[in-house]
Amino acid sequence: MSATAPPAPTDAQGSHHEMPAGHPPTSTGLSNEKVAMWAFLGSECLLFGALISTYLLYKGQSLEGTISPVDVYDIPYTSVSSFVLLMSSLTMVLALANIQRGDHRRTRIWLLTTAILGASFVGGQVYEFTVFIREGLTLSTNLFGSSFYALTGFHGAHVTLGVLMLLSLFSLSLKGKLPTERAETVELVGLYWHFVDIVWIVIFTLVYLIQ
Amino acid sequence: MSEHTTSQEAGPVVKTTPEEGGTEHSPHHPSDWEYVKVAIVLAAITLAEVLVYYVEALGDWLILILAVLSIAKFAIVVLWFMHLRFDSRLFRRLFVTGLILACIVYGIVLTSFGVWTR
Repeated sequence: MSATAPPAPTDAQGSHHEMPAGHPPTSTGLSNEKVAMWAFLGSECLLFGALISTYLLYKGQSLEGTISPVDVYDIPYTSVSSFVLLMSSLTMVLALANIQRGDHRRTRIWLLTTAILGASFVGGQVYEFTVFIREGLTLSTNLFGSSFYALTGFHGAHVTLGVLMLLSLFSLSLKGKLPTERAETVELVGLYWHFVDIVWIVIFTLVYLIQ
Repeated sequence: MSEHTTSQEAGPVVKTTPEEGGTEHSPHHPSDWEYVKVAIVLAAITLAEVLVYYVEALGDWLILILAVLSIAKFAIVVLWFMHLRFDSRLFRRLFVTGLILACIVYGIVLTSFGVWTR
């Protein structure tokens, strides 16, 4: 790899961006992996849009007398879960900032913290589901149950996948296989992680707070 | 395993190590302290959301207030933590295209089922 790094490429609009060192040139001047991740996240908007719309469509359509959101939601509990996930976005971005400046020890600390916060969120969600089931709300109880578990379950699966990716990065870093030159890998996982966070921001408001 | 190394090969990404007193990892990205400040703002908005939820006097205004607060949180995370404010416009276009497409498609679906007029 050359010791003299090429100047930061500039796209058609004149905005500067970063290509990882040693990355082969691309027609856009941007990292293909990052372009692909953003395109994937754009498509994920459609997936979660479908699930959120289904929830809204079935809202209030369950048979009378069956369990409803007001009966089961615990807003203070879910608020704490939301706060935990929100703070994991901070620790994720700190992990990225640290690997970009070559501080691998702090990168590992923040990656592990993010994974722990994410796992706490998923654990909280599993606990919430068990409480709901104990109170009589299952996937097949009514339209509310089906659409609620489908939406929050898909989100929880995304968070779980994110936690696994974070633990993989932590493991790679421990083995010394995550050098500064591979900071983009952390950035890509970070983009995914922030995405599941923003999806939860929408779910928390639309599903829990606006009843 | 190298600790606190400075790569001279990472182009514009790497500037200095913490030992050298540097906090900036990219000319366009915020410092750690700025990220913490953004997180404090996000936490404050979340607290406001929860407090507003318990104010019964707001009536129908509650939905509008919660929507505004939620959109603010969404935008802050996307612009600051996901770096869309600093990165190439192509990334912004890819994401916003998906987002707008989802809003239009599902907006039409929900409208055709009369969700807003229930």
